[in-house]
Amino acid sequence: MKKVFGRPKSMKAAEFHYCPGCGHSIIHRLIAEVIDELGIQEKIIGVPPAGCAVLAYNYFDVDMGEAPHGRGAAVATGIKRSLPDRIVFSYQGDGDIAAIGTAETIHAANRGELITTIFVNNGVYGMTGGQMAPTTLVGQDSTTTPGGRRLERDGFPIDLSEMLAIAHGSVYIERTSVHSPKHIIHTKKAIKKAFKTQIEGLGFSLVEILSPCPTNWKMSPIKANEFINSTIIKNFPLKVIKDEVGKL
Amino acid sequence: MGEKKLLRGSHIIAEAAVRAGCRFYFGYPITPQNELTEYMSGALASVPGGVFIQSESELAAINMVIGVSMTGKRVMTSSSSPGISLKQEGISYLAGQELPAVIVNTMRGGPGLGNIAPSQGDYFQATRGGGHGDYRTIVLAPGSGQELADFTRLAFDYADKYRIPVMILGDGMMGQMMEPVEFPDPIDLDSLPHKSWVLDGAKGRESRIIKSLILDTAAMEEHNWKLYRKHEIIEREITHVETFMIEDAYMAIVAYGTASRIAKGAVKKVREMGLKVGLIMPKTLWPFPKKFFLEAGSFITDFLVFEMSTGQMVEDVELALRGRRRVHFYGRPGGVVPTPEEIAKAVTTIYYREQIDRRD
Amino acid sequence: MLIKTIFSGFGGQGVLMIGYVMAVSAMREGMNVTYLPAYGAEVRGGTANCTVSISDEEIASPVASSPDYVVAFNKPSLVKYEGHIKPGGTLLVNSDLVDLEPVRDDIEIFRIPAITMAKELGNEKSMNMIMLGAYSAKIKIISIDSLMNGLVEVVKAKNASRMEINRKGLEIGEQYVLKGA
Repeated sequence: MKKVFGRPKSMKAAEFHYCPGCGHSIIHRLIAEVIDELGIQEKIIGVPPAGCAVLAYNYFDVDMGEAPHGRGAAVATGIKRSLPDRIVFSYQGDGDIAAIGTAETIHAANRGELITTIFVNNGVYGMTGGQMAPTTLVGQDSTTTPGGRRLERDGFPIDLSEMLAIAHGSVYIERTSVHSPKHIIHTKKAIKKAFKTQIEGLGFSLVEILSPCPTNWKMSPIKANEFINSTIIKNFPLKVIKDEVGKL
Repeated sequence: MGEKKLLRGSHIIAEAAVRAGCRFYFGYPITPQNELTEYMSGALASVPGGVFIQSESELAAINMVIGVSMTGKRVMTSSSSPGISLKQEGISYLAGQELPAVIVNTMRGGPGLGNIAPSQGDYFQATRGGGHGDYRTIVLAPGSGQELADFTRLAFDYADKYRIPVMILGDGMMGQMMEPVEFPDPIDLDSLPHKSWVLDGAKGRESRIIKSLILDTAAMEEHNWKLYRKHEIIEREITHVETFMIEDAYMAIVAYGTASRIAKGAVKKVREMGLKVGLIMPKTLWPFPKKFFLEAGSFITDFLVFEMSTGQMVEDVELALRGRRRVHFYGRPGGVVPTPEEIAKAVTTIYYREQIDRRD
Repeated sequence: MLIKTIFSGFGGQGVLMIGYVMAVSAMREGMNVTYLPAYGAEVRGGTANCTVSISDEEIASPVASSPDYVVAFNKPSLVKYEGHIKPGGTLLVNSDLVDLEPVRDDIEIFRIPAITMAKELGNEKSMNMIMLGAYSAKIKIISIDSLMNGLVEVVKAKNASRMEINRKGLEIGEQYVLKGA
């Protein structure tokens, strides 16, 4: 019998701890598939965040070095500057990258660090139990925005990817989603392009991935995916935010 | 050893670091240690493989240090008191992840923004770990230009040997003052011991993880005890203290860094008056030379701890002596650098008041 | 022997430089030295000063709260440091820029018209060399030759004519003091 589907080589034979319907599992797999396809398992180093994906190193079968909360871009910078011929990626959630780690991220992008950032945006602090994230939508419930995020108190959700696109050192930034098979397939393409951007030495690359968190959104997995489709992508439109790959 | 050079302290540390094989430096401007950062920017541009980044913050700098250290290369950052507070998060991670790194603190007056004058107010922060969690960092306290060079070399060696962050604890005076120095020859990078734990891409081997997250309480407890056992070994192996004229002394000043050289001047002055006073200069502040104090306490009855703070190391001296001897304190915080005469006066006051040489 | 000196003036007058030359020269003569520049907010606003300690023994504090010598290049320096000089100590003043009279009578005071002298020499910039020469005539432990060696090391200069002017500056400064002006 011909094997048509299996575990990517760059994934360990471990069971995910993620909740049912969580986008992290899908995104992990996509990254592993891309690592396999690019043949870089032996030269890639990953930097997991603090947050739900803090245990990412239990799943990727590649070298992984933990960063303090929000500091992924700085740790990745150190690794990449030390080993310029390796591929380095940071994996960060919205709270990690767009709240506590904003400064490190913007400056890494602006320096044009040759790193790739996978930015998982699910609009909530998942690990800590569902508090408001910098990307929580106006009106969206969280444990610290009972009754919904209020503009006058909490301000706007932050468009970090758009901000990073302004940075001169960023080369490729795209926002994708994993709420449907079509979008999953496209997300994989974006991740691959981001890694290639780094391999070709062009500059900073980032893929922001809208990802469901059924547990903290208090929805079924199907409802959560529908919520992305009906509401979140209106606030965080899926698009190539910056692409200078062809121009360099 | 080369010829003597007259260099300022910050430059001495920087040059000694490059000679110790440090090819990576990350830092953020803060007085009174900017000359160190500036020197590294030039020095690392002129050695092969040198990387210098003026980071966007002290936080970013220490995390870049973490990244480089994960790859096994020698790396340094430096700052002054407020900036070191910011770096403490990363230093805790370095300790938890058992990563080597050298951190220079050129102490200034505090708390808060304080001032930019020399101070020793960060002793507690340096010797108690500084960040969160149950750990220590090795803390070296140079007191001269030559020691700045020698201790910088030692700092990198200790960091690698024990896989631990090492802090060089200086102050604004040590950083700014110029003194003659002879540098050791640069090391051959290939001669450094192989590191078996680095991240460099899992080629032909199993993938590795460097982390400090240990959710299982039993495993975390064992990790803490492992660090503790390491600390014990360090305490046995590198504790270092120097003395001046204590052989016949009834009383000893205890001081480190800038304070220790001022104290030496004071000892010379009171010796001229016939007072039997010596000087004890801890060179490792952690590990603190506890055992030495117990031994010194067998013949020295009075210890005068002199710090450019309101009294921090004095607690370690008291702990080391376990109440067996009198411990006095003289402090000048806030960036004040007292004169040897002032310290001599403090010594004589206590000496005569306690009738130190009339007791058996 | 322990000599503590504060060199003080405006930024750009070469105050830090002559202190540094002094320290390097003394180091090359086998003496212990420390050189402590003022830094940070203290040097904003155009003033500059440094403290040089020279000794045949280990130097305890590099600070001079009561210096043996003060070399004041301008009026603010005189105002700031005159009161600190050790009784019996020495004050050397660049009298072309200091119209104020020193008030102490327990110290030795030399008024050196260093700018006038430098102009006569043909290079106003060698004013600092004249002050250094005058100072070295007083402390007596460093020869003009040693200072020239120190200067060459510090400025890494090989320009012979420039160095000749510097030497002349040192010499006329020295002579001015030796002749008991």
